[in-house]
Parts: sequence; structure tokens; C-alpha cells
Amino acid sequence: MKSLQELEQIKQKTLDSVSLRKDRAGGIRIVVGMGTCGIAAGARPVLMSFLEEVQKRNLRDVTITQTGCIGVCRLEPMVEVTRPGEEKVTYVKMTAEKAKRVISEHIVNGKIVNEYTIGAAE
Amino acid sequence: MEDISLHLLDLAQNSISAGASLVEIFIVEDTHKGQMIVTLRDNGHGMDESQVKRVTDPFFTTRNTRRVGLGIPLFQASAEATGGQMYIKSCKGRGTEIKAVFHTTHIDCLPLGRVDDTILSLILLNPEINFVYSHKKQDKHFLLDTRQIREVLGQVSIENPSVIEWIRKYLSDGLEEINGGV
Ligand SMILES: Nc1ncnc2c1ncn2[C@@H]1O[C@H](COP(=O)(O)OP(=O)(O)OP(=O)(O)O)[C@@H](O)[C@H]1O
Ligand SMILES: [Mg+2]
Repeated sequence: MKSLQELEQIKQKTLDSVSLRKDRAGGIRIVVGMGTCGIAAGARPVLMSFLEEVQKRNLRDVTITQTGCIGVCRLEPMVEVTRPGEEKVTYVKMTAEKAKRVISEHIVNGKIVNEYTIGAAE
Repeated sequence: MEDISLHLLDLAQNSISAGASLVEIFIVEDTHKGQMIVTLRDNGHGMDESQVKRVTDPFFTTRNTRRVGLGIPLFQASAEATGGQMYIKSCKGRGTEIKAVFHTTHIDCLPLGRVDDTILSLILLNPEINFVYSHKKQDKHFLLDTRQIREVLGQVSIENPSVIEWIRKYLSDGLEEINGGV
């Protein structure tokens, strides 16, 4: 089992490396809707998928945060992605699989996945 | 909700909205008795007596995007479907405690689900809030307390990717252990 000792080692390694803290302001923001409808519709596996991809690809300038109910329950799980200097993109009816594609196309390559956006759903 | 861990994730959102700086989740499984007691406690702004009375009514909510509050009534329904019960204690300005008893042998009892994912989500999305997760099953006990983790970390952020990865592993190993794994 993982121990607190191991956590201590992680701390030391992090302190030795240059980047102590990531820059929350400048990077890409992924906001997951965590209202009751969002959670019931599957927001948690979507979030877990985003986290897994961000960790696996070592995307240091991406911040994942949450918001409450966005107000359109039938389109949940909803996710908003904002790249610095660009307009916010709202993705609807998200799944863990869709999250992977949003990471590889939008987050990494800057290309919006149009078919998942709220515009395509309405 | 598909499982109890999702209810917990949802109830914790109420605590976060209530401005809590500490959210504690306790799970006690008694497999012999066929009973599970789930408690969520926070130090948020709480509710007065009349509010507490109204929250189990699905038409009560203080949110303004939708008229109906669903989180608590759904949790109550899940407990009552097993022959169990839900209790709310709250004190204005002090905090809230929501507790539910589930009869796990009842055919309508929801599975517990991925509590590890719920806890990891809460920590990841709310790095400024402290979380405690205590899980007892028979004579085994797992405990995670972000205050303790922060103490070890010092000036290193809990959001650091290696720290998040450690927490993820710590949770899954710990749960495997209390569930009779390695
Ligand atoms: N932990 C808490 N602390 C303070 N107030 C709470 C807490 N939990 C619930 N409440 C109050 O009870 C109301 C009803 O909660 P409930 O979770 O049932 O619905 P909701 O959060 O309003 O909406 P939904 O959960 O459907 O998104 C909340 O709006 C809030 O005013
Ligand atoms: Mg709620």
C-alpha cells in the first residue's frame, strides 16, 4: 500500500524541480458541470477521463475545475473548454470516450470538436 | 443516481455551495448485520429548523436555475427503498450532518460504487477545501485526511500531478485492502 513516506519523497522531488506551482491563470481551462443532473448523467467518469488524459500526456498548463448546474439538464454532462484568448466552447452529452477526443483534438491541437458542441445539439 | 458514491459526490456539492472548508465522509459497513451507514458532515453555513424540514420536500431549493431541489430527496429515496432511513442535523452558521442507513441485503439497495473516484474528484476540483474519508468494514479501517496530506506536502500544492496520482493510488490500494484484497 502507498504510504505517507512515499508522499514525502514526491514532495522532495517536486521541490527539487524547477516548476513548483503551475500557472493557473495562463493555461487552458476545463470546467465540468457537477450539479445533480450532471452527476446523475455521468459527469464523474467524464471528469476521470479528462484527468487520466491530462496526467498521461503530462499537460501542465491545463486546469480542471467544476461548476454547479449549468441549467440545461437534458444536455448533461456538460463541459466548458476555454483556451487562452479564445471564446469558451461548451460541449454537451459528454462521455469518457468523447473526453479523450476533446483532449487530443481541442486541448492538444486547438481544433474544436464541432459535433459535440452545444451548437450542434440544439 | 446509479450508486451511493454518486449520491455522496452530489451531497458534497451542497456542502461546497454552503461554503464549507471541511467536508467529512464516513462509511461504516457491517456485513453481518447487512447494514451500511453513510454520513456526510460539513462546517458550511448550515440550515435553520424550518429549512431542514423543507429540504426533504423536492420542491424546496434555494437555487435559482431550477425550482426543484433533487439531491437530498433522491438520497432519502435510495435509503428508504432498502427499508432504511435518512436523518439531517443542521445548525445555522455551524454546519450540517446528513446520515443514512441502508439495508444492504435488500434487493433495491444500490451498490456503493466508486467512492475512490468520488473522493478524488472532490479533492481535484476543490483544492482549497479539506476532505476526510473514513471507511470501516468489519475490523478494517481506511482513512484519508487531506489535512494530514497537506502537512506532509508543506509548500507543495495538493494539485500537483504527482500528488494527485499518489492520492488516486492511495485510495484504490486502501479500498482494495478493506474489501479483502491484498
Ligand atoms: N450541506 C448543506 N448545507 C447548507 N444547506 C444545505 C446543505 N444541503 C442542502 N442544503 C440546502 O437544501 C437545499 C436542497 O438541497 P438539494 O440537494 O436537495 O437540492 P439543490 O442542491 O438545491 O438542487 P440539486 O441538488 O437538485 O442540484 C439546498 O438548495 C440548500 O439550500
Ligand atoms: Mg444538491
